[in-house]
Order: sequence, then structure tokens, then C-alpha cells
Amino acid sequence: MKVLVSVKRVPDPYAKISPNAAGTDINRDGLQMAVNPFDEIALEEAIRLKEAGHATEVVAVSIGGAECQEQLRTALAMGADRAILVQIDEPLDAPSVAKILAAVFRREQPSLMLMGKQAIDMDENQVGQMLAAMLDLPQATFASKITLENGGATVERETDNGIETIRVPLPAIITADLRLNEPRYVALTGIVRARSKPLETITPADLGVQTRARVRLTQVEAPPARKAGKRVSDVHELVRLLREEARVI
Amino acid sequence: MKILIVAETDGGRISEKTLPAIAFAQQKAPDNFTILTIGDNLQGVESLTNYGAQAVLTVNHPALAKPLAERYAPVVAHYAQQLGADAIVATTTTFSRDLLARVAGLLDAPMLSDIIALESAHGKLVAKRPIYSANLIGTFEVEGSPVVMTVRGPAWGKPEPQGAPSPVQNAEAPASIPTRSEWLSLQGGSGGRPDLTQARVVVSGGRPLKDPETFEKYIGGLADALGGAVGATRAAVDAGIAPNELQVGQTGKTVAPELYIAVAVSGSVQHLAGMKDSKVIVAINTDPEAPIFQIADYGLVADLYQVVPELTELLKNSRG
Ligand SMILES: Cc1cc2nc3c(=O)[nH]c(=O)nc-3n(C[C@@H](O)[C@H](O)[C@H](O)COP(=O)(O)OP(=O)(O)OC[C@H]3O[C@@H](n4cnc5c(N)ncnc54)[C@H](O)[C@@H]3O)c2cc1C
Ligand SMILES: Cc1cc2nc3c(=O)[nH]c(=O)nc-3n(C[C@H](O)[C@H](O)[C@H](O)COP(=O)(O)OP(=O)(O)OC[C@H]3O[C@@H](n4cnc5c(N)ncnc54)[C@H](O)[C@@H]3O)c2cc1C
Repeated sequence: MKVLVSVKRVPDPYAKISPNAAGTDINRDGLQMAVNPFDEIALEEAIRLKEAGHATEVVAVSIGGAECQEQLRTALAMGADRAILVQIDEPLDAPSVAKILAAVFRREQPSLMLMGKQAIDMDENQVGQMLAAMLDLPQATFASKITLENGGATVERETDNGIETIRVPLPAIITADLRLNEPRYVALTGIVRARSKPLETITPADLGVQTRARVRLTQVEAPPARKAGKRVSDVHELVRLLREEARVI
Repeated sequence: MKILIVAETDGGRISEKTLPAIAFAQQKAPDNFTILTIGDNLQGVESLTNYGAQAVLTVNHPALAKPLAERYAPVVAHYAQQLGADAIVATTTTFSRDLLARVAGLLDAPMLSDIIALESAHGKLVAKRPIYSANLIGTFEVEGSPVVMTVRGPAWGKPEPQGAPSPVQNAEAPASIPTRSEWLSLQGGSGGRPDLTQARVVVSGGRPLKDPETFEKYIGGLADALGGAVGATRAAVDAGIAPNELQVGQTGKTVAPELYIAVAVSGSVQHLAGMKDSKVIVAINTDPEAPIFQIADYGLVADLYQVVPELTELLKNSRG
């Protein structure tokens, strides 16, 4: 069984983010980039499925500029068998990303696609569900546990109301939540081995896909800052202020 | 603009989480919105009839008894097309994130997640939404119709009751509902406390709370003294101290109560993303340098094990 995993290049989750001078994007000077943490979790799950004998091949795919090769090399170092870069330099919106991933899916014919539930830059949380709809496949989003059996997956999902368990037949699209697993550290041997693993570069045109972003980011600004508060010395002062000044209790 | 609101249900009941989406529609298309409710043997549909919707459509079908996106999405897409909706809208929750992005995929429609403002300018919709873990606000221009949107609950508030009640109309489910996904179970529940995203007061605890019993005793106890809900940091949830559905933050819930009390919470950007729009923020932390103090209205540098019981007692006593 083949597993396809999408990997997005995003700013490191602990990096400090600020708008650029023109207010059109973030300031990218010297910004540390990383694999989207949710995609790292999806990839870890795929590699574990391979180690457990469920999967035979793990393929990582990223969409973006040539620099995304860096994140694909990380994916290969973690344990993906090969990688595909769909190279495109224009900004994409989520339906465009989903269309490109759908074309890669059709080409690769995996039994399972694993991906992050959201990218931590735009925080849209859309692509997996759009992809499932476009491919007319079942979806299991926000997975915190995946069990494969009898040609299907039983998935525990993190919902606002608690842990929901659903079952989907394969092939399916499953999106990873934070508690699905803890991704491994990349070992040095993995980095060395990754250099000889195949990384193919193709274009959307090679896949027969044309995209045009209908959602366009035009401005980036800092939200209004909260005003600095005050220190209180004990709970009596706190309760008094909450009552008399803030009037919230 | 014609809006189709997708009500949140668990298949059997309407959830009050639908209300911010209705408030959004009252502002953006006061006389031109319809509410769609989906489930089986749905209860509580009348609760949506006094907000001025043109109609409340109810689709009941045994295959829709549980909220599976694969089954609900074609129903939403069908009615969006039939009504000629320009916007398909729901309040941001895990229900709507799961469902509406699938609807957008079915309709090949652009989508805006978790919006906090919407205007139209030169024939285009212009929306604002938090990006980069709510560190920044992005402005997005959208072309095309329909546009699918989830709206950030705290930004839109509650709808105003209107005069004439909206008619409830039974609507047919589309002929074929895909039934490949199967619903098995749900574990969870707020244990009688108010819903985290709706509560007026939220008390959240962090990793130092040790274990579930300690968390419940200190954080649960303080929340109960205030009639509030309980929240948690990711670190507390990861450590098994608090259940997953209590996580507040970038990857958990967004809350904006009147009063948010953060107990032993460091104040990471990811946590702040989910609570910094609260009206009043109180932080209790032993570390005077903890980042949470930078956004707290009232900060108390103290050990939780000492001051939380004092605070709980004080509130209980002054209540009665
Ligand atoms: C400089 C710049 C400009 C941008 N301008 C715009 C713009 O004008 N309009 C706009 O809508 N967006 C813009 N974006 C963001 C856009 O490309 C988003 O990535 C896209 O809309 C998908 O949203 P998301 O990443 O939040 O997806 P989510 O739905 O949150 O992502 C879910 C999952 O989808 C997969 N995925 C998403 N993107 C990729 C990718 N590129 N490669 C591989 N897997 C992926 C990942 O597995 C991810 O975990 C811009 C980004 C950059 C860096
Ligand atoms: C992709 C990604 C997504 C994330 N999403 C989220 C999210 O949605 N929500 C979220 O919360 N986090 C999220 N995180 C994690 C986040 O970065 C922090 O690790 C987490 O919020 C820290 O939790 P904490 O404050 O409980 O723990 P800590 O950072 O350990 O802080 C504990 C605090 O308690 C104080 N303290 C210790 N003992 C006491 C005492 N006796 N009395 C009073 N104070 C005491 C300490 O001084 C400290 O400030 C995410 C991280 C990543 C990478």
C-alpha cells in the first residue's frame, strides 16, 4: 500500500512574525522555515505505517518554489521513500493547492493520503476536505488515532464536543491533529541517506492542471495591541478590581 | 448578497454555536438569508425561527443522523445551488471546518476561514481574518460566487430577535447520499459546565497542574465558583491532565469571554491566539516574566496552590 503525504514549507512555529514594510506580506528576511508541524505528524504516521508493515511506500509532495526542496529533503530524511516537488512561483489559494494535489493523487494512486489538518501560516484548514471532495473520497479530519483494518481506517477525531470515532473505507484522505503522534528527530544517517533518494520536480502543466487564485492576500497588519495591565498584590485586591473596576463578576 | 447559513447540529439537536453566523447574516444580508438544518428527527429547529431568516429549511433523513461531512456536504451543496446562494456561512467550529471546506470542494468555490470582518469594494468581497496564529490580520480579496465562509464566533456575537417568525420548511434530502463514512461513537462532554466557546467566564490551567484530579480540583473548582467553563493549554492536554476538547489556542478553540483567568499558563503565541480577544484577562503565575502578563489586565505573581483556593473561597463566600 502506498501512502501520499503533503508537506508545506512554512515559517518555523517559534519564529517571530511581523509584517513587512509595505504591509503586503510578512517580513521574510532571515526567517527560519520548517515543515508545517501538522504535516510532520502526518509524515510520521505514514512512516510508522510502513514500519508496522501496513505501507510499502511513502511519497512526500510539496507545492511551491524551488526552496521547498529543503522541506522535501527533511521528509526524505525522516523516512519518506521519494519526493515530488510541484514547482510553481505564483501564490495559490486553497482550491488551487487541492487541485494540484488531486492531480498528483490521480497519478500516484495511493491507498491513503495523510496530511496536516491546517498549515500554521494561513491557518485555513481547508485543503484536505477540498481534496477529498474533488476526488470523491471519504475524509477523516483532525485525526488523533488511526487504526487500519479490513481495507478501512478507524479514526479518532478531535472535535469541539470530544473524541469522535468514525470509520472510512480506503482510499481516503485523513488529516492529522497534534496528538496523533510525536514526530521523530531526524537522525544523521537519515540525512545522509536522503541525499540519494529520488526528488522529482514537475510543474502543474505536467499534471494538466491550470490554477488561478480567486482568494488573494492584499494586506498584512498587526492586530490592535492590548493595553498593559496592572499587577495586583493578593486575591482580595483582585476580586475588588474585578468587581468595581472591570465589573465582570 | 444571498446567504445560506448552515446550522450546527449533532444530527439530533441544533447547537447554539449557530448564533454568530446568524448575527453575521443579520449584518450583511438582513432580508436575504436562509438557515439550513440537517439531521434526523431534528429537535430545536424552532430556536432558529426568531432571527428574521426568510426560511428555516429542515432536512431529515436516517442517513443524516450523525454529522458526517461526507454525507452532509452534498445536502449543503444542493440547497446552495437551488437557492442561488452567494455565500455559504457557518460559525467556525470543528463541525463547520470539516463540512464547509468539503462543500467548497464540491462546488469548486473559494473559501474564507474564520473571518472577523467583511466588506464589499469595487464588486469584490474583502475579508479580514487572523493569520499566523493570530499574530497578524490578513486582508483577502475574493472573486467568484458562491463564496464559502466560516465566521469567528467572538467577532460577530449574538443575533437580535426579530418580529415575525421565520417559516420552518421540510426539505428533501438529495436522492443519493454517500454512505461510505460511518459514525461509531463520541466520548466527551463538559460535565454540566457551560460550553467553553459560549461561556461568560473561562478558567484555564496549564501544565503545572500535575494530574487530572489536581486540575479538576483547582481549575474546575474556581470555574464552578464563577459559573464558568474550563479551558486548558496544549501542554496540559498533551500531558493527559485535561481532555482534548478543552484546548484553547491556534489549534484548539477560540474563546472571547467577559473574563478569562489563566492559571499557570505561560502565554505562548499559540495559546494567546485562542483567547486574546477576551474582554478581561487575569493571569496567575509564579514567574513575573511570563509572557501572559504582557496581555493580562490583572496579573498576580503567586503560587496557584496558595492563591487559587483563597480566590475560590472568597468568591464562594461573597456570592452567598
Ligand atoms: C508569499 C505568499 C503569498 C500568498 N498569497 C496568497 C494569496 O494571495 N491568497 C491565498 O489564498 N493564499 C495565499 N498564500 C497562502 C496559500 O498559498 C495557502 O497556502 C493556501 O491558500 C492553502 O492554505 P493553507 O496553507 O492555510 O491550507 P490548509 O488548508 O490549512 O492546509 C492543510 C494542508 O494542506 C497541505 N498544503 C497546503 N498547502 C500546501 C503546499 N503548498 N504544498 C503541499 N501541501 C500543502 C498541507 O498538507 C497542509 O497541512 C500565500 C502564501 C505565501 C507564502
Ligand atoms: C503547531 C503548534 C500548535 C500549538 N497549538 C497550541 C494551542 O492551540 N494551544 C496551546 O495552549 N498551546 C499550543 N501549542 C503549544 C504552545 O507552544 C506551548 O507549548 C503551550 O501553550 C504551553 O503550555 P503551558 O503554558 O501550560 O506550559 P508551560 O509553558 O510549561 O508554562 C507553565 C507556566 O506555569 C507557571 N507555573 C509553574 N508552576 C506554577 C505554580 N505553582 N503556580 C502558578 N504558576 C506556575 C510557569 O511559570 C509557566 O509560565 C502549540 C504549539 C505548536 C508548535
